[in-house]
Amino acid sequence: MTDAARTTPDIALPDAKVAGKASGQKRKGFEVGSFPGLKTWTWVFFIYLYAPIVVLVVYSFNANNRAQKWTGFSTSWYAKAFSNDDIQSATINTLIVASAATVLATAMALLAALALARGGRFKGSTASLGLISLPLIVPEIATAVATLSFFVVIGIQFGLLTLIIAHTVFCIPFAFLPIRARLEGMDDTLEQAAMDLYASRWKAFRYVTFPLLLPGIVAGAMLSFIISVDDFIISLMVAGAGSTTLPLYIYGMIRVGISPEVNVISTVMLLISLVFITAYWLLTRGDDHTVH
Amino acid sequence: MVEDGRTAIDIRNVRKVYGSGGGAVTAIERASLDIADNEFFTLLGPSGCGKTTLLRLIAGFEATTEGEIFLYGDEIEDLPPFKRPVNTVFQHYSLFPHMTVAENVGFGLKMLGRPKAEIGEAVERSLSLVKMSDFARRKPSQMSGGQQQRVALARALAPNPKVLLLDEPLSALDLKLRQAMRNELKTLQRETGITFVFVTHDQEEALTMSDRIAVMSNGLIQQIGSPLDIYERPLNRFVADFIGDTNFVEADIASVEGGVATCQSAGGLEMRAAVVDGHGVGDRVTLALRPEKMSLAASANGGAATPGRIESADYLGTSTSYKVMLDGGVTLAVREQNPVDASTVLAAGDAVHVSIPVGTARMLVD
Repeated sequence: MTDAARTTPDIALPDAKVAGKASGQKRKGFEVGSFPGLKTWTWVFFIYLYAPIVVLVVYSFNANNRAQKWTGFSTSWYAKAFSNDDIQSATINTLIVASAATVLATAMALLAALALARGGRFKGSTASLGLISLPLIVPEIATAVATLSFFVVIGIQFGLLTLIIAHTVFCIPFAFLPIRARLEGMDDTLEQAAMDLYASRWKAFRYVTFPLLLPGIVAGAMLSFIISVDDFIISLMVAGAGSTTLPLYIYGMIRVGISPEVNVISTVMLLISLVFITAYWLLTRGDDHTVH
Repeated sequence: MVEDGRTAIDIRNVRKVYGSGGGAVTAIERASLDIADNEFFTLLGPSGCGKTTLLRLIAGFEATTEGEIFLYGDEIEDLPPFKRPVNTVFQHYSLFPHMTVAENVGFGLKMLGRPKAEIGEAVERSLSLVKMSDFARRKPSQMSGGQQQRVALARALAPNPKVLLLDEPLSALDLKLRQAMRNELKTLQRETGITFVFVTHDQEEALTMSDRIAVMSNGLIQQIGSPLDIYERPLNRFVADFIGDTNFVEADIASVEGGVATCQSAGGLEMRAAVVDGHGVGDRVTLALRPEKMSLAASANGGAATPGRIESADYLGTSTSYKVMLDGGVTLAVREQNPVDASTVLAAGDAVHVSIPVGTARMLVD
């Protein structure tokens, strides 16, 4: 809005609108939307971002067995990739790890969020909040090396279990943030109202807090799931023989050469991520008016 | 007031301190009161006086630091809120946003494990009581503040509580709605026969609805009495000042006869007031005089009126509020009903005589 409209008192609202329009026309040159070349620049920006992905998806349908040369449309690489035993087991591993890590991380994040938002202020509550979110900032390679050393020190066998433990750890902050955001926006008088109406603590949680938190919980769980499916560095360090995940498998294939099969798996993973992100967006966009 | 002798709530020497050590805040210094069965009882006071804390102690959201609370003879201190047969209407309604109106209203009975048919009946009854039957399928977000208020009321009434606690339930409504709801609340209380404990900072609300009022300030109960008691016979300066407008006049007791003291103010104004315990001849006391009890006349009319001059006159529609400087130096606020011919209203600078009927002056404890 322009200065003229902003300084006009509320009572003269209709007039203010007119004034705003008039001065808006006069000062057209200052509006970001009318910078010359903005449209072109925006297109360049989006092409830069998404062209590689488009190429990846298109070439997953390439009939040629060399990934970089287009010879014709074919879905044969999809059939080949899906019937590949190694890819199948890598997919299963990825899903097991992601599911387990998601469930564990979401449960822990929920408890942490409840404790921090409803447990009252306790000594170190601010520090706890910081510590929970810290894995977001710590360089992943540092976490990876630390996790590796830790597992070596305690002498645990590398395999799916170590993967699940490591993934749970870095998924917690991703699950925590949406749940906490939801809790912060929900005042605790609703729980008091429930308890006033003969609901025990557990029933108040079950019938009031939990249903209202659910979008946050689901959003947190989906974020965790994608983060886990995507993870490479930490997985590389702590995966044992026979617990290869999809990103690790793709990396292994690329070292041999980029085959259309790699494009196929990447496209499928992209699709899964897209589905989750869309669902996450659909779930959280109503946040403004569902609570309060 | 229906007094059948039963006590609904008995608060004995309750004290509430938040926090501990240096950061401790005392919300209730010391409070004792009885609320009778079937009574409309109001806790009145400015914000921070401890009235809401007292309500939350009865509801069970806070624990007392000292003292006991009895509900129909039973100590309830150790009961969590969900085991106390009282329900609350919250200041901001606190309706469950993910449930329909009917689900909200039926929540209490559902938690009590009542059969579905009974819940359905109770929901219908409660909603018709607050004239919201047509809204049963709505979500709270699809209703106005006044409608949400009614649903909150129905929700709290549905389980048929022994006591209904209302925490400033009208403060978020606009003026017209607030006035209409006052009458409805009073009617609702009579119809249901449930004991109401109403918290407010609005003296008008308290005076129009209550059977009895407890005026609170700084964590202490200043006075308990009927609206008439509180207004006509305020015990101390706080009560006289908080409820309505009052003139405070410092005066010395010149003589006492038959429980009535003749007091002499600094400006030579002589007033008679019932003696308060602990005061005697020679004491300096504070007298409270309500502006509307006194009257003005242009001439002395032979009565015991005191001459003075009008300093200011504020026209208020139904009445005019005057500031009168008496010849002795005392300034009094006087309110007069406006006459049929409004052009005869007195103006600033006019010489007047103020007559103070016997019984106007009220001696305060402090």
